[in-house]
Amino acid sequence: MTAPVELGRPGLTGVPTTDAKQTKKEFTSDQEVRWCPGCGDYAVLAAVQGFLPDLGLARENIVFVSGIGCSSRFPYYMNTYGMHSIHGRAPAIATGLAASRPDLSVWVITGDGDALSIGGNHLIHALRRNVNLTILLFNNRIYGLTKGQYSPTSEQGKITKSTPMGSLEAPFNPVSLALGAEATFVARTIDSDRQHLTSVLSAAAAHRGTSLVEIYQNCNIFNDGAFEILKNRDSRDEVLIRLEHGEPVRFGADGRHGVRRNPATGSLEVCAGDDPGILVHDATADDPTQAFALSRLADPGTLARSPIGVFRRVERPAYGDLMSAQLDEAAQTQGEGDLQALLRGNDSWTVG
Amino acid sequence: MTVKHVRELDRVVIRFAGDSGDGMQLTGDRFTAETASFGNDLSTLPNFPAEIRAPAGTMPGVSSFQLHFANYDILTPGDAPDVLVAMNPAALKANLPDVPKGATIIVDTGDFTPRALKKVGWDTNPLEDTTLSAYKVHALDLSGITMEALAPFDLSRKDASRSKNMFALGLLSWMYGRSIDGTVTFLREKFASRETIRDANIAALKAGWNYGETTEDFAVSYQVKPAAMPAGTYRNITGNLALSYGLIAAARQSGLPLFLGSYPITPASDILHELSRHKRFGVRTFQAEDEVAAIGAALGASFGGALGVTTTSGPGVALKGETVGLAVSLELPLVIVDVQRGGPSTGLPTKTEQADLLQVLYGRNGESPVPVVAASSPSDCFHAAIEAVRIAVTYRTPVFLLSDGYLANGSEPWRVPDAESLPVIHPNFATELNHDDDGERDFWPYLRDPETLARPWAVPGTPGLEHRIGGIEKLDGPGTISYDPNNHERMVRLRQAKVDGVAGIGDLEVEDPSGAARLLVVGWGSTYGPIGAAVRRARKAGHNVAQAHLRHLNPMPANTGDVLRSYDRVLVPEMNLGQLALLLRGTYLVDVVGYNRVRGLPFKAEELADVIMEEVGAL
Repeated sequence: MTAPVELGRPGLTGVPTTDAKQTKKEFTSDQEVRWCPGCGDYAVLAAVQGFLPDLGLARENIVFVSGIGCSSRFPYYMNTYGMHSIHGRAPAIATGLAASRPDLSVWVITGDGDALSIGGNHLIHALRRNVNLTILLFNNRIYGLTKGQYSPTSEQGKITKSTPMGSLEAPFNPVSLALGAEATFVARTIDSDRQHLTSVLSAAAAHRGTSLVEIYQNCNIFNDGAFEILKNRDSRDEVLIRLEHGEPVRFGADGRHGVRRNPATGSLEVCAGDDPGILVHDATADDPTQAFALSRLADPGTLARSPIGVFRRVERPAYGDLMSAQLDEAAQTQGEGDLQALLRGNDSWTVG
Repeated sequence: MTVKHVRELDRVVIRFAGDSGDGMQLTGDRFTAETASFGNDLSTLPNFPAEIRAPAGTMPGVSSFQLHFANYDILTPGDAPDVLVAMNPAALKANLPDVPKGATIIVDTGDFTPRALKKVGWDTNPLEDTTLSAYKVHALDLSGITMEALAPFDLSRKDASRSKNMFALGLLSWMYGRSIDGTVTFLREKFASRETIRDANIAALKAGWNYGETTEDFAVSYQVKPAAMPAGTYRNITGNLALSYGLIAAARQSGLPLFLGSYPITPASDILHELSRHKRFGVRTFQAEDEVAAIGAALGASFGGALGVTTTSGPGVALKGETVGLAVSLELPLVIVDVQRGGPSTGLPTKTEQADLLQVLYGRNGESPVPVVAASSPSDCFHAAIEAVRIAVTYRTPVFLLSDGYLANGSEPWRVPDAESLPVIHPNFATELNHDDDGERDFWPYLRDPETLARPWAVPGTPGLEHRIGGIEKLDGPGTISYDPNNHERMVRLRQAKVDGVAGIGDLEVEDPSGAARLLVVGWGSTYGPIGAAVRRARKAGHNVAQAHLRHLNPMPANTGDVLRSYDRVLVPEMNLGQLALLLRGTYLVDVVGYNRVRGLPFKAEELADVIMEEVGAL
């Protein structure tokens, strides 16, 4: 694994920093964590709490906003500012906050039901606008808080309480969806891989604009083992594709498999690791076609051949920055607002 | 040259009517602007279809603009037009039922072809049969004359005939002694980049004026002298504009940056348009992907210390309900503007109604009290907006501000307030730890101010006050999650008590010049003008009537019950089926009588006066 290139952190420009050394404990609130024992959320919480001190931000300038669902309890456990809002609306609420407060580092915590079902509209529009947010999408492919109904990422045919004969719907691929929604930063990681998780979080925080991080997260109560083939030591190397920017896309033991473009169809296919046409991953390509093709490698049912890592990382002005620039421009070209002149208008008359 | 007579009038009601594409709203706006600067009191009622361009020449496509102006203070846009300007057969047919016998009708005959007549169901030409025999009719080929006047311009027939509204405006301006200078300036600016169109419109306007001056068709012109008004600087203003300015002013008076989250919806969109133009005031406007995102973003901005506002109409309020509930639970300032329109569902998007009162009060899950302020006239939208912001910021609560389609688009002269005299609103952000826990200081986000019961507003970026809030029930004080039954009951009652205790709303004032009235007429919102005009009529007819108008619907003034109980009869006219009446009955156990119309139009003063006099007579 190559070391991530340090590109600075434009995503955090404008957020006050502190010279004081921070610890994980400082980012841990006094609230008892109430997820089920064994839940994948614990690992993500620990990773975030452990990673935030690296950013060196003033803790009071960090805000976590969540929707509804198991993962959305996350803000209560962070000793930062936080809001546990309503189902699906966190991206909208965070948009208003981030667009009006460029000095904040705003994080959205959401799940597959929250972000892709009830809140699907807000997610795609936040991505399209490129609001300066980091969205952590905890995908466990199930509704946990309502006790086990299928979710928009559940595999078709899923037997759940609400689908005793199997679910009828094709699942969303959150990475494909985000790419289609004009996202400028899209990544995927896994709850159990602390190192990978942390490296992706770091890249996401550094990105200016909306960063979407899909986290495969195990629900050990209602959907245990959903990602087992990607986690199990015996199987994972054969089915998990680790994307590294600028590196050939290889997987399998000793990189014996690779991915190349089929010149006839244009789609991606698995090849031998030493194939001369092996694909080199370019996360910074303007054209999202290749990132999208990579996202389609995964089997929608089993998730075999799931790529993880940063699919796409491109620069586009962030919504809040553009908004601030318009305000500045208006003040510069027209002068600061004069309330009395505004109220009087151009067509006034005087009596007496 | 004909000798022209000038006749003096106290008041005139003019209605311009034509196809949606004929520019009737613009014509009305310009006549209004000239009338306002002339110094008349005035009130306007635009009335247009929801379709942008319904098929030309059809009844559903008719758009109209009514203007009432006078040499004294008036309260309504007038019940019925004294003058109808009809630009085509459909406009004539659609508006004729509203025109009293003896009134003047100016008709553009240009489009009175058999085909156009047939389109609106006229087998014979009403200009040639007896249909209009009871009216003073000026049948003029406005289109033809306009095209003749514009012959020197290099314009297609279609473009030339489009200026006929300016010709009509010029003619009416002559008839009523209005200047056209302001409109000339307006046209110069509006069509600055299209010289031919600019010059053609100005030429048509002047031709219309000259036509009145020189032809024998019009032997008389009229004069309506300026109204006596208190000294000051005046301007004409619509409700949506006044409301926008009120929000900008309140932002300045509170020192909070204004953030508007909005999704376009008739008749509220103009507030979004207007606020988008004032970025120099630090106003951020966000056109959201839907109503839910609009209020969500506003609430997010409020969490960050902005003045969060969302603007919508009834259907949008329905969609925002859950987020309003969240704001009630978070106890953050938020203003939700509901410019009401006819409902239910899509209803009558461009028509007025006041049937959202119960929705804004009760349309949420759980016990979810929200203060409600209602504007009573177009210009009052300015002060009502400031009041809504005052309550929202002081009490850390969402507040509903009610306007409606009539106020939104209607206009009246407004005495421009001195910006320095506007009330100051104090956000009082929390900056310090506020609680002792065994000698250790910490921050309790739900520790209440003993006087207002408001919680501290600590915004991100404030060191040491990091806290988490959410929609789950919170422990009184610390604000942490609590499922304790007694705590929930306590919090429900605290939130209610906070709203019930909103101070500074004043008493319900009763106007009863006789001091002997036994009938009280109580209204709220935009019915203020029509009720006032009706009460005046009843008094002129010798009846004693008292009038009171509610600006605060939640909480209501403390003396409301006493006021209601001190009259033998209480009449509550509403543009709904009795929503305030239900509240007054339920809250004060007073057997009020409703008078309810839901026609999508404001009450007519005459109609209401009859009801009032009937009620007085029954006592």
